[in-house]
Amino acid sequence: MGRRFDIKHVPGFLPVTILCLVVLYAPLLVVTIYSLNDSNSITNWEGVSLRWYADVFTGPEAEKFKLAAWNSFTIAIIAATVSTSIATLAATAMVRGGRFRLRTVSFGLISMPLMVPEIVTAVATLIFFNSIGFTRGYSSILLAHIAFCIPFAYMPIAARMQGIEDSYEQAALDLYATKRQAFTRILLPMMVPGIISGYLLAFIISLDDFIITNFVKGAGIETLPTAIFGSVKQGIKPNIMAISTMLLALSILMVTISYFVSKSDKKT
Amino acid sequence: MQVTDDRINAIDIRNAVKRYGDFTALKTISLSIRDNEFFTLLGPSGCGKTTLLRMIAGFEDVTEGEIFLFGDEIEKLPPNRRPINTVFQNYALFPMMTILDNVAFGLEMKGESKAAARKRAGEMLELVQLSQFSSRKPSQLSGGQQQRVALARALAPSPKVLLLDEPLSALDLKLRQAMRFELKELQRETGITFIFVTHDQEEALTMSDRIAVMSAGELQQLGDARDIYERPSNMFVADFIGETNLLEVEVDAVEAGRAQVHLGGGHQLSVDAVEGVGKGAKVHMSVRPERLYLSEGAEGPESLAGTVRANMFVGTDIQTLLDLDGGVQISVRSSNSERGNKRVFEPGQIAHINMEQGAARLLAD
Repeated sequence: MGRRFDIKHVPGFLPVTILCLVVLYAPLLVVTIYSLNDSNSITNWEGVSLRWYADVFTGPEAEKFKLAAWNSFTIAIIAATVSTSIATLAATAMVRGGRFRLRTVSFGLISMPLMVPEIVTAVATLIFFNSIGFTRGYSSILLAHIAFCIPFAYMPIAARMQGIEDSYEQAALDLYATKRQAFTRILLPMMVPGIISGYLLAFIISLDDFIITNFVKGAGIETLPTAIFGSVKQGIKPNIMAISTMLLALSILMVTISYFVSKSDKKT
Repeated sequence: MQVTDDRINAIDIRNAVKRYGDFTALKTISLSIRDNEFFTLLGPSGCGKTTLLRMIAGFEDVTEGEIFLFGDEIEKLPPNRRPINTVFQNYALFPMMTILDNVAFGLEMKGESKAAARKRAGEMLELVQLSQFSSRKPSQLSGGQQQRVALARALAPSPKVLLLDEPLSALDLKLRQAMRFELKELQRETGITFIFVTHDQEEALTMSDRIAVMSAGELQQLGDARDIYERPSNMFVADFIGETNLLEVEVDAVEAGRAQVHLGGGHQLSVDAVEGVGKGAKVHMSVRPERLYLSEGAEGPESLAGTVRANMFVGTDIQTLLDLDGGVQISVRSSNSERGNKRVFEPGQIAHINMEQGAARLLAD
């Protein structure tokens, strides 16, 4: 018998690993470091300063970014809340509803948007809004975000639900709970970690979306990604790096929360 | 024949059938379970015992037939309207609730106040000796402790019948054996009818007042442990319960409750006759290895001579395999004690196999 196969001893393992990590994280690192640059140029390093962070809040573009951030966050919160509620109900029906006709089809329909190229969804949504004469603006962005966030919220919730055996619900019914009580008292609390993951995922996806938003937003309204894109078209200024770094920090925070939620769940 | 009994049966199953599409999981089962009885449904996996239990609990509908609980028809009621509780195979304790809240859940759902439910839950935890764990979460308990919580939770609302779905199968051997006695004790103390599902014959034989042996969706035999072990009604029961010699015999004559039979090698035997086995029938005969003993010479008329093939040491017993004429093989168990183990025959030696009175049983199919 030879030695057990160990991937770490394959020639080139270390260089390939380092290359991948560099490609993944070097750009983020550069943006983060240069957001602290005390210079008007994005390439010359002139010492550490928080001036570009201050510029985001007080500079000439501050009003534009504030409004865009308000739009982005309110849309993300509403879209995540609504899509998570819909996804929870969908998961309950599809995982708990027993076998029904078109169950596979339903599952395909709800997860398909994840595989459709985003540009196709964007064009289709735009054409749909135009054809029904829907005025483009805040509400068109919100509706589009709710729609495309549902499959993202659905995945972790359905995965969690599949892990909950039928016997818990049966035990509740057996102990004189009504179907409704079995859902609210037993199933829902057991699903909470999945619901939180789904919510955070939907929130980040909505906050981050550019293509669909850009198509359906109409003139005169911006979200953070479209506002950043607008600024970059006139040349990249260091304040963009400051905004990007803040968004990065927010994402890291969300992922951390999600991690601890799933970890605390495993303990109980 | 109608058996008259003052007490109403705890459960009456009348002509219950369960079909899933074309597949028939239960073929017309009729069964009565008495009040205050420890009743076991025993059979291999896929025999329909769990399906029957789930039909009593209300998790499966009954395709045809009726189920009565102390005289009331219940097969159309949802599970939450049947005064029957279940101990699930995986316990299904609610992971986010404390042990006390788990046990109080059924009482609260029944409409008792939170305080009253918790008081009663506390008493139940005392009964299963887990009071000190009442504020813990289920995952902080061992398998055996979780099992007792599941029992307390199912017993707390004082069900009329308690269903147990292979509750011991997840425990290790020592704990499983200890829990057998605890379960039996608990049943006696509470006076509640227990319906216990298992594939483990030893569990069934040690705990049950009566056992229903099931196979392929049919009831094979109903009786107490001794009936089922010593008077199996067919090949399946004889083979499934314990260890036995199944010998092919032909019946030569039936007279005065005795049947004259012969084995493949021409050995003549006289055994108790059974209904449905007449002259000329080719049937099987079951003889438990521990009801046979070996001797140097023939002791009595029902003695067969055979050649010892091998001895196996099985701790409490010594098992001896013998070859008879005509390709017949017989296994004999003798107790590994000074009394039982009078003489050990070496392989190759000739020994006489003697049968205790009533040890052989003819099987109708």
